[in-house]
Amino acid sequence: MDKRKSHKRKTPAPATDDALPVVLHRGELKKREGEKEEDKWKHIRDKKLKGEIIQREKLFGEAAETATKFQEWLLPSEAGYLEAEGLEDTRHFSQEAIVKEVDVTSARKAFDLQLPDLGPYHVDYNANGVFMLLGGRKGHLAMMDWKKTRLMMEFQVRETIRDVKFLHNETFFAVAQKKYVFIYDRRGVELHCMRDHIQPLKLEFLPHHFLLASIDKAGILRYQDTSTGVLLTQHRTHLGRGGVMRMNPYNSVLGLGHSNGTVTMWSPNMSTPLVSMLCHRGPVTSVAYDSEGVHMVTGGMDGKVKVWDVRKFLPLHTYFAPTTPKSIEISQKGLVAVGCGSKIEIWRDALSTKQVKPYLSHRLAKGAQVEDLAFCPYEDVLGTGHSAGISSLLVPGAGEPNFDTYVANPYETLKQRREAEVHRLLDKLPSDTIALDPNTIGGILQTSKDNQLSKVVLSKEANKANAIAAGKEVKLKNKMKGKNKPSRRHKRKQLNVITAEMAMKREMLEKQKSDKKNLAASETDRDSSLPLALARFQRK
Amino acid sequence: MKVKVIARSEEDFTKERSQDLQKVFRNLDPSLHPQERAHEYVRAVNAAKLDKVFAKPFVGALNGHADGVSCMVKNPRRLNCLVSASLDGDIRLWDVAYRRTVRQFPGHKGAVRGLAISSDGEHLVSCGDDCTVRLWEVPSAFTGESTGDDVDIIEPVATYQGKNAFRAVDHQWDSKVFATGGAQVDIWDHNRSEPINTFSWGADSILSLRFNPAEHDVFATTASDRSIALYDLRMGTPLRKLVMQTKTNAVAWNPREPMNFTAANEDGNCYSYDMRKLKYSLCIHKDHVSAVMAIDYSPTGREFVTGSYDRTVRIFPFNGGHSREVYHTKRMQRVFSVNFSGDATYVLSGSDDTNIRVWKAKASEQLGVLVPREKQRHAYLAAVKQRYKHLPEINRIDRHRHLPKPIYKANKLRHAVTEAERKKESRKRAHSAPGAINHTPARKKRIVAEVE
Repeated sequence: MDKRKSHKRKTPAPATDDALPVVLHRGELKKREGEKEEDKWKHIRDKKLKGEIIQREKLFGEAAETATKFQEWLLPSEAGYLEAEGLEDTRHFSQEAIVKEVDVTSARKAFDLQLPDLGPYHVDYNANGVFMLLGGRKGHLAMMDWKKTRLMMEFQVRETIRDVKFLHNETFFAVAQKKYVFIYDRRGVELHCMRDHIQPLKLEFLPHHFLLASIDKAGILRYQDTSTGVLLTQHRTHLGRGGVMRMNPYNSVLGLGHSNGTVTMWSPNMSTPLVSMLCHRGPVTSVAYDSEGVHMVTGGMDGKVKVWDVRKFLPLHTYFAPTTPKSIEISQKGLVAVGCGSKIEIWRDALSTKQVKPYLSHRLAKGAQVEDLAFCPYEDVLGTGHSAGISSLLVPGAGEPNFDTYVANPYETLKQRREAEVHRLLDKLPSDTIALDPNTIGGILQTSKDNQLSKVVLSKEANKANAIAAGKEVKLKNKMKGKNKPSRRHKRKQLNVITAEMAMKREMLEKQKSDKKNLAASETDRDSSLPLALARFQRK
Repeated sequence: MKVKVIARSEEDFTKERSQDLQKVFRNLDPSLHPQERAHEYVRAVNAAKLDKVFAKPFVGALNGHADGVSCMVKNPRRLNCLVSASLDGDIRLWDVAYRRTVRQFPGHKGAVRGLAISSDGEHLVSCGDDCTVRLWEVPSAFTGESTGDDVDIIEPVATYQGKNAFRAVDHQWDSKVFATGGAQVDIWDHNRSEPINTFSWGADSILSLRFNPAEHDVFATTASDRSIALYDLRMGTPLRKLVMQTKTNAVAWNPREPMNFTAANEDGNCYSYDMRKLKYSLCIHKDHVSAVMAIDYSPTGREFVTGSYDRTVRIFPFNGGHSREVYHTKRMQRVFSVNFSGDATYVLSGSDDTNIRVWKAKASEQLGVLVPREKQRHAYLAAVKQRYKHLPEINRIDRHRHLPKPIYKANKLRHAVTEAERKKESRKRAHSAPGAINHTPARKKRIVAEVE
């Protein structure tokens, strides 16, 4: 695989000409309105191949449709919900009220841990949502089976803890400590001290690639392969201290937030960001992605929470946070939790449409400040790490109700866990599959001819715009003196260089010429019956 | 307020008793399966690599002959029954499953050149250099399990004397008629001592003879005058003849498309023809670097196996230009006879080094009974491999075969020669008047004439 797959894009690509369908792979070829399924493959000349492809696509489509239909019927659980009746408003429902209404086992999922001494706390859940990892700023590290309220491990690292993260399953986790990143096992035994990661601020784990990423005080992004132990790459962001990092689960690209208001997206394959977008007037404090890879939510020091379309890199909506948002998190079902100060606001449907009020809001007791939020996968629970400890809040409708045994199984047995680990390792993706569009893998690149043509069209358009812009500003002085100056000579030489401007000028000249010709032609075919002297009165 | 949160009872999602199977739940929501394409690609790469790891095609050898194995024939009625003959006149009946000789058919004084079994599996016809054709009865029930060192000996039912040495024999489907090829084509009946019919076209000797599997009366012969001829028993004269630039050593009909046959040529290529259109070949199967000596179609008709003078056995798709598989060992000498087993799972090759080798038709196939889970897994991996087979890495791994150095070099040389010829011709064309040098397609190039 080559690096072509990762595109560097700073601006959204302009719309291409209709005559040149930009065909990259199967999924990208769009059907136009009124177009038949067969017409999608019009460009394939080989009849046999075309027939085969149409047949196969039809089969694939049918299979997928029936599979999803069957799945829908067979899915065992339904999603949670919270509905207001009468004059009620869901955002005024307190946690106490919700807990009172739900069943006993669910009520037990809402709890508060008072740990005022060693906070603020960072929280992380493992992939199936059974275990919770707590990391207190002042060195308190604990792992618990939170549904059974069973403490698995607890100890004091006697060092600052800046972030905690589970690796591929609950048996290992990484902790960003004062100087280095450490890896512990489930009993709290220190396994590795990774001295390559210096003063890490934030950790992220890429489960499909077995990569642990860290961003440090100097703004260096490091990728470490946790299956082989190799430090894969380190990229200097050159954008100062970084403390904001989040993985896009759709394509495993990392989004970093910077103090100059930009969000940059990184893959280990490129030493420069794939995308850099200016999101806020002021430092970015948090970034979050939804599970489908469509939306990104950013929070900035300017007190705004913005929703972006990460397919086109365009802003969708802007929300105002009560204060600077400290942490933002998107649940599996697309609920957005924003933690600012001691307030946590949860928004529903806020990504696709602009909402006027939050779905739920919660204020932490005694003015505790939110540090970290984490939605528990496959549960309607939001874990909150704050300065006074941990709060687990019930958020109906947050989690995916139906798990896939082969993806993450909350009722995993020991044997299943071991087998899943082996399968994950076998299916481990090479790091060069990290690209903005994960579907380019296995696709066909356009033929070189079409590619070139479309590139020529694009470059012409771009040059034209530039030339027009450049032409507006320049004013040519009509100087006659000093014709033989070196600078003038150089300028005259430049007249021979073919640039976009020259091309435009030439075009204009030609147009003028042809206009003149047309004019002359129209004059010749004037009505000859009139005398020449009266010709000027002829109606044109 | 109406509220519901996700609440699962553990009993619904775990097994009740320890003997139960674990419950499995699927959710095909694509957001739970991100980067599925990349995963499929990785699985396809791994499958291609595993195929290489498990590619152990050699199953075993049947040894017993004292001279090179000249011909083999399988019993159409029994899967484990194979008859082979060698250049010292020895004919053996094998129980392939036990890799043992169960019967011997002594009698021929010189090399045995042809073997055929009747379609009911009861009669065996052999012919050879001693100018005799012998008819034998094949024992109906035998097993290699009980056979020790002493092998039963079978006497011929009939012996037919000819004037010249015989090179080939084949039995007609569903009757008591067989045809032999030597100096001419003779048609024999089991009950007559003299041939019932004789065809001759040209003076040269017949090299191989094969009856069409669908039209019982039609058969094809190849002769040392470089011809492939078609005959019909219902007519007194031969049908058509095709003369190629080099002689054809063997011919085999495609059992699923019985109008098509493939000719194993002396120039190292195989040529597939439609018997109705002999002007051009349907497909040229290139890869052998020396004369192809034997050919046999799989009962599925989708592929065929060839044995060559370059000491390799290759398996070609029926419509593919290059071989899917190549088998060779250090000790295997010139291959004179090949055979696809009746269930299309194995390939047998008889070579000059007196051994008959049993190979798997698919080198990495898992033999034996598969549990449904294994079957599903194999099917899935085959599907992803098929889906991503065009990607360079998978293609490279899948296509790579280790070749002995002489064959590798000869291959390169052949490639250089053809490339040089192509270049020369294109230059000639470029420097001649337009239309002066005609372009002959490769599929017509090796054909000299078609005679009716």
